[in-house]
Amino acid sequence: MPTLVENTGQSKVSAIHELGRADFISVRDFNFFYGKKQSLFDINMDIPEKQVTAFIGPSGCGKSTLLRNFNRMNELIEGVHHSGEIQLVGKSIFDRNVEVIALRRTIGMVFQKSNPFPKSIYENVVYALRISGQTKKSLLDDCVERSLRGAALWDEVKDRLHESALGLSGGQMQRLCIARAIANRPKVLLMDEPCSALDPIATVKVEELIRELKQEFTIIIVTHNMQQATRCSDRTAFFYLGKLVEYDNTHKIFSNPSEKKTEDYITGRFG
Amino acid sequence: MDTIGTHSLDFFKTDKHEASRALSRSLKNRFLTLLCIALSLATLVPLVSIVILVLKNGLPLLSRHIFTELPPAAGMAGGGFGNAIIGTLVMVGIGLAIAAPVGILSAIYINEYAPISRLAKTVRLVAKLLTGIPSIICGVFAFAIVVMRTGYFSAYAGGVALAVLMLPTILLTAEQALTGVQSAYREASYGLGATRFQTIIRVVLPDALPAIMTGIMLAVARAAGETAPLIFTALFSQYWANSLSEPTASLSVLIYNFSTVPFPHQIQMAWTASLVLVAFVTAANIIAQTAFSRKH
Amino acid sequence: MSAPDPDSQPIADFKSRPDLFRLLCQAAAALAVLTLGWILYEIIYGAWPSINKFGWNFLATAAWVPNREKFGVLPFIIGTVASSGIAILLAFPLGISIAIFLNENFLARPVRQTVRFVVEMLASIPSVVYGLWGIFVVIPLVKGFGDWATVHLSGVPIFSGPAYGNSLLTASIVLAIMILPTITAISRNSLSAVPHTLREGAYALGATRWEAILGVIVPSAAPGLVAATILALGRAMGETMAVAMLIGNSSRLSWSILSPSGTLAGLLANQFGEATGMQVNSLMYAALILVLITLLVNLAGEAILRYTQKKTAGIH
Repeated sequence: MPTLVENTGQSKVSAIHELGRADFISVRDFNFFYGKKQSLFDINMDIPEKQVTAFIGPSGCGKSTLLRNFNRMNELIEGVHHSGEIQLVGKSIFDRNVEVIALRRTIGMVFQKSNPFPKSIYENVVYALRISGQTKKSLLDDCVERSLRGAALWDEVKDRLHESALGLSGGQMQRLCIARAIANRPKVLLMDEPCSALDPIATVKVEELIRELKQEFTIIIVTHNMQQATRCSDRTAFFYLGKLVEYDNTHKIFSNPSEKKTEDYITGRFG
Repeated sequence: MDTIGTHSLDFFKTDKHEASRALSRSLKNRFLTLLCIALSLATLVPLVSIVILVLKNGLPLLSRHIFTELPPAAGMAGGGFGNAIIGTLVMVGIGLAIAAPVGILSAIYINEYAPISRLAKTVRLVAKLLTGIPSIICGVFAFAIVVMRTGYFSAYAGGVALAVLMLPTILLTAEQALTGVQSAYREASYGLGATRFQTIIRVVLPDALPAIMTGIMLAVARAAGETAPLIFTALFSQYWANSLSEPTASLSVLIYNFSTVPFPHQIQMAWTASLVLVAFVTAANIIAQTAFSRKH
Repeated sequence: MSAPDPDSQPIADFKSRPDLFRLLCQAAAALAVLTLGWILYEIIYGAWPSINKFGWNFLATAAWVPNREKFGVLPFIIGTVASSGIAILLAFPLGISIAIFLNENFLARPVRQTVRFVVEMLASIPSVVYGLWGIFVVIPLVKGFGDWATVHLSGVPIFSGPAYGNSLLTASIVLAIMILPTITAISRNSLSAVPHTLREGAYALGATRWEAILGVIVPSAAPGLVAATILALGRAMGETMAVAMLIGNSSRLSWSILSPSGTLAGLLANQFGEATGMQVNSLMYAALILVLITLLVNLAGEAILRYTQKKTAGIH
């Protein structure tokens, strides 16, 4: 197991070269509670680097809850607590020394409903750079172009970067939110049903984008849409009632699942 | 590797510049939180000060006599403000007798009969604007239509002024109360062959009543505390009123008059009147809130 | 099922009768609308002799001498604008802070509820009680500050001496407390109407809480905050008793906020009871100006509020 350089100031090289780590994110004995109600039970899984992992399962099965633990978004809710461990490249994300702000820059997130800020397209993309104090215009400009290209939105908006983001179509807004998330150069991209509010054409575009983005990012996507999981994920995890029922290669899950529950779900018998 | 937005995988560790930047961000964050908390808690200061002073200065004179005797003449001791309490209640009553029917019936019209008519839109806008009209203007209006026409200051004039003041509150809360009634009730009633009038009287109004009462109590609480509409409509009186067509005392005008005289006893009586008034207004507000919460 | 015998039960009397109750309600609604027009009509009618005599000069003259029939309300217009302006300057930062405080979870829920209760209580205290409290608490404080400021800050025009307790500053401070609930309530509504997803978006990009509040949430709620301020301004301008008891009711113009001043509402409160002749007409004229200013301010506030509601309805 590769170890990371710790607190020595020469860290930047570190694990970048560990391409394709199978345990890029590892979840160990993870339980999660909203107040007294337990919503995740003993989750254990390893999420591979630079692949797309899909979380599927019926509503309320805990897939979004787990996703929102990876960047500690659940901490915004009062009265939640957890036990167990989530590690990113072997380091606990719950460690006392982890700045949650830095964690969220390393693990970006795209939400179910697109949520562009009521600012210009440009300002939306550079938001993360601005709050971390970046003011150099050339850097910001580069970042905007790179991120919008990365989100396959550049050609559509390059002439109106300084117009309000709220004037974009639904699909464009969601791709803008993806651009905003990758502007930060995160390592992991969490996507919480990113296409559920989009029409089929916009959905296809975002799915294509997801396949492209995995060249650079480790992607975890929560989806209700099983076709979507087969189309764009490499690994699929099936959750049911807060438990991880089955986790395997997407092809295996959808063609020859080992668990009866999984089969029932993917064949549409419930859910 | 370029420099922007690049983080090592080891996100515990950042370079020096980034670390100091992060530190200053988190310090700023904490400072703003503390500032916000401090400013918010600072609002407690005036309220606590008012409550303490009203209690401290108002309690000593609070006795049975306060409610039964007439205000003392300038510089004299003893006495009470029984006439002012009655005056306030009477004028609020007159105001309510005018404003409640007009307000509730208007609300019924704009919610039950013609919710999207031009009249309904106008009523809503006018009610909003009336809420924003300074209360002293209600006094000027009552002065013009009652005092100038009849030639004397009276409880009627004060009541009219308070009616104008109360109307928008009653109207807007009553409309909200009616909007809150489920349309399924109305449909059920119509489905059973009831007329519009029967539906409103037997189904809609009973359901909306608690919320309408809330609005009325809020209006009463506000009107009882108002001074400006009364100061030159009902004026003031040292005596028990014999009729509604003579100058009439009220608690709020008594506080105003006594607060600026050089006699300690009168000033103390102003505090006691404040205590009674604040207690009354608070009680009306609490009744308003609880009547409302009973429904939801 | 067999049909009932048509003779035994007349099916319906399809003739519609005039709905008297409807007419009654309609009349009430019409009366409610007419009230505003009626108020304006009565005030204009009462003010007419004075409008005829003084015209626009009434607005631009600084003289109020009833026994010589010289009337002009310039000092009172200035006093109205200045006192409510200063009150807004004081209340705005406080009100927004409280609105943010109530919208966040800095402290436990009971504390937040207490603060909310206190602010609501502030709204229910009668104006005249604020006046009484101001006389015995704020006037001495301002007098003390004024005595110090006129010596140590004498170069600043707004602190030029001599210092009075009954002053523009005293009235403004008490006004600020009185309009705090208005600002807080409307601001809090517009802050809590900002979709939660925007906050999550900012956090997910690594923003601190205050970066999210100041960079995303407050700007999204900005029109509502502006409306809150404008509506509070309207309230402050019309507020009468507390101001009349504290401001000194002077028609002298002065740069100093430590000098007595006067407002339109205060003028009406002080003089209407004993006025005769042209003085009544001129007071009506002053009332007309006050009504028009507050109506204008309130219309602007409502318009912005409506625009905000429409806009946020689209974001959700």
